[in-house]
Parts: sequence; C-alpha cells; structure tokens
Amino acid sequence: MRYSDEHSLLYGQRETQISRFKAWVLLLVPLAAILFQVYVPLFFRFLAYLELPLIVTVYFALMRRSPIGGLLIGALVGLAQDSLSKSLLGMFGITLTIIGYVAASVGLRLDVDHPLIRLILGFFFFVFHQFIFWVLSRGLLGQQVAFETQRTLVLGLLNAIVAVSLFHFLDKLKERA
Amino acid sequence: METLLNRYRNITVLLLVIFAQLILLAYQVKNDSDVRLIRVWAVTAVTPLARTIEGARGGTEGFLQNYVFLRDTHAENDRMRTELGRLKLENQFLKTELATADRAKALEAFEQRSLSKMIAARVTATAAGASASAVFVDRGSTAGVEKGMGVVTPDGIVGKVLAAYPTASLVLLATDPSFAAGVVSQKNHVRGILKGMGHGNCRVDYVQNEEKVETGEWFYTSGDDRIFPKGMAVGQVTAARPGNPFQEISLDPAGLAGGVEEVLIVMQGVHQEIPDLKTASQAVYVGPPPPAGPNDAQPASAQDASSSGANGAPVLPTDADKIREHYKDIGDAQGHKFGENPPGSKPVDFNFQIKPGDKPPAAKPVPSAKPPAASAAAPTAKPDNQ
Repeated sequence: MRYSDEHSLLYGQRETQISRFKAWVLLLVPLAAILFQVYVPLFFRFLAYLELPLIVTVYFALMRRSPIGGLLIGALVGLAQDSLSKSLLGMFGITLTIIGYVAASVGLRLDVDHPLIRLILGFFFFVFHQFIFWVLSRGLLGQQVAFETQRTLVLGLLNAIVAVSLFHFLDKLKERA
Repeated sequence: METLLNRYRNITVLLLVIFAQLILLAYQVKNDSDVRLIRVWAVTAVTPLARTIEGARGGTEGFLQNYVFLRDTHAENDRMRTELGRLKLENQFLKTELATADRAKALEAFEQRSLSKMIAARVTATAAGASASAVFVDRGSTAGVEKGMGVVTPDGIVGKVLAAYPTASLVLLATDPSFAAGVVSQKNHVRGILKGMGHGNCRVDYVQNEEKVETGEWFYTSGDDRIFPKGMAVGQVTAARPGNPFQEISLDPAGLAGGVEEVLIVMQGVHQEIPDLKTASQAVYVGPPPPAGPNDAQPASAQDASSSGANGAPVLPTDADKIREHYKDIGDAQGHKFGENPPGSKPVDFNFQIKPGDKPPAAKPVPSAKPPAASAAAPTAKPDNQ
C-alpha cells in the first residue's frame, strides 16, 4: 500500500468519524460557556482566565471535522462574545472563526479522542487565540498592547487542563450512532 | 470553474466570513461608532437571565444568612435575659455598628452625604474575555444612565460607563489599561493621570520627577476629566520612584478593594474640595515662656502685640519683619503714612538715611539693662545723651 493510499484511507476514516450533536447541545453549550464567562468570575475572580467559549468552539470544530461548520460555529460564538465584551464587534469573531477552521482541519488529520492530544491542542489553540487577538488589536485597531508570553503560556496550560476535562464531559452529549 | 470552487470551498467560505467581519470592524472604526443593535440584543437577552441567577443566588444566600442570624439571635436573647442592662446596651451598640457596616447602608449613607446626584446599581456580570476589566450593572438608559458617567463606591472611584443599554450598562473598571482619569495628590497637590494596568493596581502618569509623591499618600479626583467630580477618593500610593521621563507611581484603587458588588453611578457630579490631610495633631503641652529677667535684652519688635504668638508668647522677628520695620521708620521720618497719602503726594525716598533722632523711640532697639516695658515708657532717652 502506497503512502498516498494510506493517507487517503486515514482521511476517509476520520471523515466517517464525524460526531453528531443534538441541536440544543450546539445551542446551549456555547451559550452556557459565554454566560459562565460573564457571570461566574464575579464570585470567583480567578475563573476569569478560563476561555470557555474558545474551548467549546475548539471541541465542536474538532468533533464535527467540518471546516465550514467549525468556522461558522467560531464566528457565531465569537460575535456573541464580542457583543458582551468591551471590544469592537468582530475581534473575537474573526479570532474564533480562524480557530474553528483550523481546529476542524486538525480534527480531520489527528486522533482527537486521545487525552494527551487534546491537552496539546487545548494549549496550542489558547496560545494561538491570544496571538491572533493580539495581532488584530495591533494591526487593525492600532492598540499598543503587549503580548505577555509567560502569562499566556501558563494560562494556556490551565485552559488545556480544563479543556481535557470538559471535552470528556461533552463527549457524553454526542449522539449515539 | 465549478470544480475549482468545490476544491477551494472551505478556504473560500473562511475568507468570506473573515472579510464580512473585517467590514464590520472597519465600519465601527471609521465611524467611531458601535453596531449598537447587536449589542442591545445580546445584553437584553442576557440581562434577565443574569438577573434571575443573581436573584436566586442572593435569595439563597440571604435565606441562609437570615437563618443563621436568627438562630444566633435567639441564643443571644436567651443569654441576654440573664445579663445586666449594661450588656444589653452594649449589644445594642454592636448591632448598630453591624448595621452601619452593612454595605448597602454605607452606600446609601454616602449617596445622601454626597452633593452629587447618584443612583445605586448592582453588578450583575463581568464582560466577556479573559482579560476583560469591565462589568455589567443592572441600571441602564431607562434609569437615566448615559455613556461616560462615573461609577464610584464610598471607598473610591470604580470606573466609568462604557455603554448604556436599556436594562444594563457596561462599566469599564479603573484597572483597565484603556481607563484614564485626572487625579491630584492630597498632600502636595500633584496632578497626574490615573491609568489602569490590566491587573489589580493602577498607575499615575505624567508626574514630573521633581514633584514630591510619597508612598501611602492618597490621590483624589481632580475633576479635570469631566467624568468624576473633584474630591472623590481614588487610592493610596503603593510605590513611587523616579522614571524616564516621568515618575513611576503605583496606586492601589480603593474603590475596587475586595471586589465590587454595589456601586453608585454619578448622574450629576458636584465638585468638592480635596479633604485636608489629617496629621497626627494630638494635643501637645507647651509650657509658658520663661519670665524676662532684668538682664534679658529683647528686640523692640518682639514687644509689639502683633509679633506675639497665638498664646501670647513672643515670636522672633523674621528678615521680612525687619525690612518692614525699616521702611516704616523711613516713612515715619519723612511724615509719610503708607496707604493713607493721596495720589500725587510726594513719594517716599527709600534712600533716606535715618538719623538716630528721627527714629521713633518705640521702634528703636533697646540694648539697655531695663525691662522692655520700662524702656518703652522712656521715649525721650536719646543715644546721644547716653
């Protein structure tokens, strides 16, 4: 078997592994993530560093393995997050659109059910998210914001740990074949 | 063509969606305005939910607290019945103290005490985003809240209204890097700009290195920003060191200490004075001055009532006093009364040399061995005759 055949087979297998969710799951889980982010940090300040909308976007994009679906979920979640934030509409929207697209593309190529892969992806996407947001803030809005590398890496790790646990919980909401 | 589109379908959709959002961003940046409708929808949709959750949480907490409080009261009442009236009064005093310490009452008391018109609001949510330094409060444009209004607590300033929606408002906290307010220090009245640092502390910018700012000093609003009225507490300096080109001053915002739950939105600010610095002015005993001995020589100016201290103690004349005395003598010698001569009258010749005989005796130093009172009572004594 040639490499290209093997690759095509793997690719095909991944496509057949698309997870499906009920409509209410796709609607309520992102909504709950956004509400969590605007409400819970009022009482537990340290939880403000959790990017639940990002984690949820990454999860659905990885599981559905559809780049268009991923980017649309990202765009919607991002715009909703924008509308409840102090930033201009589109900042989180563009960021999560790109994240959703990349996550879905990665989902087609990797076994995203393994916890270690999920941990690495959670970390990577958090750092990537912060980086895109920073680039957009500087490039599009001309804001002189600093990219705090050390802080981002630490928060990335924390978010990745939470992402692994949350992914495990969200796996239970998948529709059974 | 169709095959090409199918092949690059994903990337095409991605670019289209990003492009659409870029246009949205560009519209907001170019017009310097927000796409308000989307935000209004989102906030209006979330506010009732957040309010319900907050209500349920507050109710549960209140029920638990009241239950625990009542149980304590019953137990305390049982004990009180067996105790003396003095203890009852003490208990009453403590209850009053507790009630005064209650946050909401403190807020109300501050609102009544302050000359500015304010309305109370409750924080219902934080703004989305991991590094967001903004919160939502449950008062919006229907309650008269407008963008740009200041938000305070009795302890100090909290932030300013970033956007007012019908049922809620978004408040930018003082710790946000984009926040700025004019401040002035209490002790040396040093002016600067308060800016957030993105975490717990704030900094005061644009203070020259030559100006004196001390650690522990309080900063108050200066009123220059037209957001906060003058005289509201801002915070205490935690560190101040010289920097390039301005001083690096860190400040602990008093209004945000311990988190914010209830706040006051300044509807109409009234400027007030910066409170005076409270120094440790405890009463210090100062003994009476020693009695003048027969050999004590005092300058003539020390004998004047005007040169006595508040408690009648003599005050040593300064250089300015001496010059004033000298010019007064020149004027007297030329028959000129300062402040009384009509316009056009002959001006005083300040180069006039006073002869010993021209000088009024009362203003003359008396290096004699007599007591001051005695020398003042002998105006005819001339140095020439001595």
